[in-house]
Amino acid sequence: MAGSPAGTTALLCHLNKLIAIYSPTITYQRHGWCVIRRICTSVSRCRSQAQTKRKSAPQELVGVVGLEIHAQIHSNTKLFSGSQVGFQAPPNSLVSFFDASLPGTLPVLNRRCVEAAVMTGLALNCTINRKSLFDRKHYFYADLPAGYQITQQRLPIAVDGTLTYSHLGGRKRNTVVTKSVRIKQIQLEQDSGKSLHDDYRSQTLIDLNRAGVGLMELVMEPDMSCGEEAAAAVREMQLILQALGTCQGNMADYEIQRQMVVLESGGTVQNETRSFDGKTGHTIPMRDKEGLQDYRFMPEPNLPPLMVYEACSTAPPGVAPSQLVVLEEVRERLPELPSVRRQRLVETYGILPEHSFTLVNEDGLMDYFEAVVRETKAGPRKVIGWVMNELQGLLHQQNLSVSQSPISPQALAQILNLQENGQISSSIAKQVFQELWKTPGKTAQQIVKEHDLGMVNDSTEIHRICQKVVDSHPDQVQAIRGGNKKVLNKLMGLVQKETKGRADPVLVRAILEQKTS
Amino acid sequence: MLSLSIREVSLALREGRISPTELCRKCLNRIKKTHYLNAYITVTEELALKQAQEAESRLLKGAPKGPLDGIPFAVKDNFCTENIKTTCASKMLKDYTPPYSATVVQKLLDQGAVLMGKTNLDEFAMGAGSTDSAFGPVRNPWSYATPYREQTGTEMDSDWVITGGSSGGSAAAVASLTSYLSLGSDTGGSTRNPGALCGVVALKPTYGLVSRHGLIPLVNSMDVPGIITRSVHDAATVLDILQGHDVKDSTTITHNPSTLTNLFDDFDVRNICVGIPKEYHAPGLSQETLAQWSRVADMFERAGARVEQVSLPHTQHSIVCYHVLCHTEVASNMARFDGLEYGHRSGVDSSTETMYSTTRHEGFNDVVRGRILSGNYFLLRQNYEHYFVKAQQVRRLIAEDFKRVFNSGVDVLLTPTTMSDAMRYTDFMQEDNRTRSAQEDIFTQPVNMAGLPAVSVPTALSNRGLPIGLQLIGPTLQDRKVLMVAQWIEQKVGFPPIRYHGDTGEGEMGEEVHEREQTSVV
Repeated sequence: MAGSPAGTTALLCHLNKLIAIYSPTITYQRHGWCVIRRICTSVSRCRSQAQTKRKSAPQELVGVVGLEIHAQIHSNTKLFSGSQVGFQAPPNSLVSFFDASLPGTLPVLNRRCVEAAVMTGLALNCTINRKSLFDRKHYFYADLPAGYQITQQRLPIAVDGTLTYSHLGGRKRNTVVTKSVRIKQIQLEQDSGKSLHDDYRSQTLIDLNRAGVGLMELVMEPDMSCGEEAAAAVREMQLILQALGTCQGNMADYEIQRQMVVLESGGTVQNETRSFDGKTGHTIPMRDKEGLQDYRFMPEPNLPPLMVYEACSTAPPGVAPSQLVVLEEVRERLPELPSVRRQRLVETYGILPEHSFTLVNEDGLMDYFEAVVRETKAGPRKVIGWVMNELQGLLHQQNLSVSQSPISPQALAQILNLQENGQISSSIAKQVFQELWKTPGKTAQQIVKEHDLGMVNDSTEIHRICQKVVDSHPDQVQAIRGGNKKVLNKLMGLVQKETKGRADPVLVRAILEQKTS
Repeated sequence: MLSLSIREVSLALREGRISPTELCRKCLNRIKKTHYLNAYITVTEELALKQAQEAESRLLKGAPKGPLDGIPFAVKDNFCTENIKTTCASKMLKDYTPPYSATVVQKLLDQGAVLMGKTNLDEFAMGAGSTDSAFGPVRNPWSYATPYREQTGTEMDSDWVITGGSSGGSAAAVASLTSYLSLGSDTGGSTRNPGALCGVVALKPTYGLVSRHGLIPLVNSMDVPGIITRSVHDAATVLDILQGHDVKDSTTITHNPSTLTNLFDDFDVRNICVGIPKEYHAPGLSQETLAQWSRVADMFERAGARVEQVSLPHTQHSIVCYHVLCHTEVASNMARFDGLEYGHRSGVDSSTETMYSTTRHEGFNDVVRGRILSGNYFLLRQNYEHYFVKAQQVRRLIAEDFKRVFNSGVDVLLTPTTMSDAMRYTDFMQEDNRTRSAQEDIFTQPVNMAGLPAVSVPTALSNRGLPIGLQLIGPTLQDRKVLMVAQWIEQKVGFPPIRYHGDTGEGEMGEEVHEREQTSVV
């Protein structure tokens, strides 16, 4: 709390709570797909900070969360140079003269990066500016070789979009709650290099491999009211970007050091940029760079205005087609977005909306589900039950991702097929699933055989067991005969207990009905 | 031989009257003889001889690459040259060797032209005298030529005059006959100004016509590589080679520019309208320069051209706005010189910030530091609207002034290039760089604000025996037209070739200069 003016403590306590809720999303970051640079929070209806925490206070503090997301554009080469984008390359091996800011070099805009931003803008219902501009943002930092970053401060490529996102709410957390957040703008900008501080020798090493890689900065309006909403919105954004392929999902861990979650308490209270300390769970004022520095923005003189055309035919003559960014063409390439995908899952498979939500939101789960459906006779609604309960249950319990599941979709399909074919009962199927999880090398059939879990098909044997149960429970038989058919279920349970669940329930029922009639 | 134009010497090379290595040696000798001019920062003797040798074998086979094969040239030391030091006349880059060549340099090398060396300039091209270089000032070759010596009667090593700037070394190299062409850079007049004061042709092409890739920038939105030659025809020849789209410079025009060879065949002076902007009749304009301006205007009129007085009403505001824009871009462009990746690095390294500031303090001269300071001031959030935005708005008005005049039927504008002939160094240094830049760029920088083509042509010697030049300005991308008119002037004025008083050191000089083609009539 160092440096925070008196009187804001209550506010910050409240904000800390938000951050605490929010922190689960930070774990997304550990997979490094993008960076959340800043959470803007502002407080409305804040009359008297000291009193607001009292229950009797007429007006409660309302937290507001906005986000700026820096997503690294998935492209082969950097935003303004021809050097490759790569994450495991030796330090300073992917650095062009321009990336190192050698004097006399000039930026040349990468059309692929522009298309990625345009596509993202379209997916987020943005207005694509037909003309956008680049600006220089100045600050001295060792991993920013030119002394400025080229960004889009005045007129970004896309503005005024919306992101519709959902999260599971309700008491049982199984109701899909849908909300939306306004996207203020999407701007193209350069990434910086990486500073490696060697405290022992008190020196800093610079790796410029990342310098100049294209970023999309996605700025959301502060339309979210809590960390949970923010987390859901970020997840939806991630899914959209992955679906578009404009941002890769599997970048390296080096992003972690850059992950700062910054609080900006706004309104009339104060204007200060703060960072979140994940270890202590507190916010601390950030370095001057963010808070006080004047970036001395100016137009980038070496790049003409970035033009985007509706169609090839609307472009001026003389521009090479390979240089054109055409909305019509980008729109055609838009893939299925997560929301459409969920709708399709509900319609195609007849599953519940909350199930479609989980399928799409968990990495790889939808593919897993669809692979099982393809390979089994069992209906999709039966499959979804297995995926949601058995599979997800064990995955969560052991903190595994779908791709780490010891049971492949094919193996699960086999289990379901054994059940469908009447070779095992549903309770045995679950038992096989558990066994298979422990010994993933085996097949379902092997487990059924080894543990003797197959259906008892010998009808004389079933007859014998049924007779034994009927004989030893005369009172129940009497009740059934007296018209209380429900008691039959109890006898069925006893038979299944005897057979360890391996008898065909339909057959057992028929035999018991006959013997108690 | 050394005083010939490119066209003439190229013919001599083809006809075998001289070989490229002989020519190269002559130029190298002349560089040594004129060492006192301080025109070159680096002389690339070995490389030049090697290139000349290669040109020679091509010429012997009868397969020259083009009109520049074997022709010695010089390059202002703010254009990057692969494996050759590129200093910007600054301590900051005094040991900097770029790993690549500027597009314009590469194009000349690809044509077989022979690089003699890198020429002196004001540090980072900030100046109008070529007096503010970390390697010392450049001296105007005309200080040592017969007319000036006869007028002043002073000793060789005193009373010398400046070359103008910032491309003073490049202008001096061509004027002193050590190179047949040179590259300058022109941001506010830096090519035309020394061109006028050194009595050579200096072309500033339309912004975007010639690639800036590899030109260490002063003001990206105004910088243009400039061409310095001894004749307009030569300038056209060089522009023909340098112009065109460059994928490495996104501000170059994408369509194919018109070819400039044989462009003078269809020129009829009676079809053109010459505008005389009244605002260029500025206080401080010397009587002699004014007289030259009138003389040439009269020549046009007598020859049947239409000569009209026109108005460019925002001209007086141009220089102030030019400086605001110049300083802001300088502040930005100089930010990269922090001692980390290349260039000078201070030994004081108690912290990164200390290292930055001492590096920059040690590496830049007062002029550069001053511009960085004021540029950053103009860009501060609270000042941006008042200075940068206002200057941009005025810049547009200036561009519109020109557009309106050209749309009214004017083909070219005729103006002085500088206020007067070259000042003595001792006089020039009485004022600081900022004052001098404001005075010296007064007629040239509006052209850069508007991105137009312009050329300075020498017209006569002053009473002091120093060159006076006039400037022609054309509409955007009408470089060809500007050159056509310039050549007409060149042919009419009979500007004298440089002559050295008692230049016995180079015995041939006396005869050679007379050998030079006097304005061949088309």
